[in-house]
Amino acid sequence: MKLIEVFAGWIKAFAYESQRLFYFSLKMIASLFGRPFYASETLEQMYLIGVGSLFFVMLTGISAGQAMAVQFSNELADFGSKGYLGRVMAIAIIRELGPVLAGLMVAARVASGITAELGSMKSSNQIDALIAFGINPVKKLAAPRLIALIIMVPVLTILCDVISLLGGWIIAIFIAHITSTTYWVAVKERLIFGNLFIGLAKPVVFALIIAFISCYKGFTAEGGTKGVGKATTDSVVLTSITILVSNFVVTKVVFSLIKGYL
Amino acid sequence: MIEFRDIHYSIGDKAIIKGVSFLIPEGDSLIIMGHSGSGKSTMLRLILGLAKPDRGDILVDGRSIIGIHEKEMQEIRKRIGMVFQDGALFDSLTVGENVGYYLLEHTKMKYHEIEGKVREMLQFVGLKEEIIDRLPDQLSGGMQRRVAIGRALLSTDPRIMLYDEPTTGLDPEMVFQIIRLIKRLNSEKNVTSIVVTHQIADAFEISDKFIIVDDGEIAFNGNVDEMRESKDSRVVDFLKPFRDSIANVKAREFC
Repeated sequence: MKLIEVFAGWIKAFAYESQRLFYFSLKMIASLFGRPFYASETLEQMYLIGVGSLFFVMLTGISAGQAMAVQFSNELADFGSKGYLGRVMAIAIIRELGPVLAGLMVAARVASGITAELGSMKSSNQIDALIAFGINPVKKLAAPRLIALIIMVPVLTILCDVISLLGGWIIAIFIAHITSTTYWVAVKERLIFGNLFIGLAKPVVFALIIAFISCYKGFTAEGGTKGVGKATTDSVVLTSITILVSNFVVTKVVFSLIKGYL
Repeated sequence: MIEFRDIHYSIGDKAIIKGVSFLIPEGDSLIIMGHSGSGKSTMLRLILGLAKPDRGDILVDGRSIIGIHEKEMQEIRKRIGMVFQDGALFDSLTVGENVGYYLLEHTKMKYHEIEGKVREMLQFVGLKEEIIDRLPDQLSGGMQRRVAIGRALLSTDPRIMLYDEPTTGLDPEMVFQIIRLIKRLNSEKNVTSIVVTHQIADAFEISDKFIIVDDGEIAFNGNVDEMRESKDSRVVDFLKPFRDSIANVKAREFC
C-alpha cells in the first residue's frame, strides 16, 4: 500500500511540475511578442551561446565523425562498398549525430549557465527587483535566451555537420583509402530536402527544450546556493534526457510527414 | 497610506500570514519586527504585488491592489521604492547602471543626463561619485545598501519606501549611516515607510511605531511604552534578550 502511495506521490509531483513548466513555456513564447524588444541582450546571448559553444561542438563533431567513419568503413569493406562511406556518413550525421551532438553540447554548457545565472538572480532577489522596477523578467531575461538559442543551435548544428563530415573525409582518404571525389559525391547524393529538413527541424526543437527547461529551473530555483546547485544539475540532466527522447519522437514524426522526400 | 485588512497568505499547506490587519497613515514610519521566518518580509512582498494573498485586502493610498491588472500594479509600484535584503543590486551592472536602471529602461533621457542624476543621487545617499563605474561586489555591505536606496529613490521618486532588513550584517558605523539616511528620507521627502528588521536597537532609532509578528500573526501593534508594558507572552519572549535596550528608550516623536 505504501509503495503505491509513494508512486502516486511521484506521479502527482511530476504532473504538477510538468504543468508549471508548460505554463512557463507559454509565458516565454508570449513574451516574444510586443514591446520592448531587448536587442542588445539577445545579441549578447547569441554571442555567449554561439561563440562560447563553438569550440566544444567542433571538437566533439570532428572526433565523433572520425570514429563513425572508421567503424562504417570497416563494415562497408566487408561488402566491398567503401564507396558508400560518404552516403552513410551524410545520413547519419545530418539526420542524427550533428543535431544530437550539438544539442547535448549546448545543453551541457549553456543550460547549466542559464539556470545558474537566473537561479542566482532569483535567490538574491534580483528578479523581484526587476518586477519592482516595472520590468517583465520573463521578457527581459528568458526571451533573449530563447531567441538566441533558436538561432544559434541550428547554426552550431550545421557547423557540427560540416566538421563531422570533414572528419569522415580525413578517414576516407587516409584509412579507408577512397578518393575525395568518391566521398564527396556520395555525401552530395544524400544532401536532399528530406535529410536537410530533419537535420534542421531537430535543433530548433532542441533549442526550445534547452530554453524552456533551463529558464524554468532558474526562475523556480529555491533554497539559496544549495538550491541553485540542485536546479543547475536538474536542468542539465532534464534537458539532456529530453533531447534524447524527443530526438526519437521528432524522427518518427518528421519521417511520417516527409516520407516521400527521404 | 498602506492598509492591510485581514490578510491571509500561504505557500502550499503552510500558512505564512494569518489574518493580519494594520494601517499606516501617509508620511508615517512603521517598524515590523519578529523572528526569522515569522512572515515580515512576506508583508513587503504582498505590498509590492510580488505575492498574492489568499484572502483579505491591501490598500495602497486608498486603492485596493488585490485582483488588479498587472499594468495597474506597475503604476502603483512606481510610487513604491523597495530596498531588498542585501540590496539585490544587479551584479552584472555597474553602480551607475544600477542607480540609473529605471531611467535607462523606462525613459528616453540621454545617457549623460542620466549620469548627472546618478551622480546627484550618489551624493544624496552619501557615496563618492568615483564609485560610479565599480561593480556591486567591489563595494562594502553598507555601500551596497546605500546604492540600493539610491536606486529605489531614483527609480520611481517614491511616496512609499519599503526596507527589508536594511542594517542586517553591517558594522555599527554603517548601521548609523543607513539609519541616518532613512530618517533623512522620511523628513525631507515625507515618504511613508516600512522597515522590516529584527534588530531592536536600530528600530528604536527610526520610529516609535512597532508591529511584532509571531508565526504570521500580529502579536503587538503600538509604541515603545506599550511594548514595554505588554503582557502578551509572545511579545515578552521576543523582547527578553533586549530588555536593557528597551528600558533605556522612551516613547518619543520621530520625524
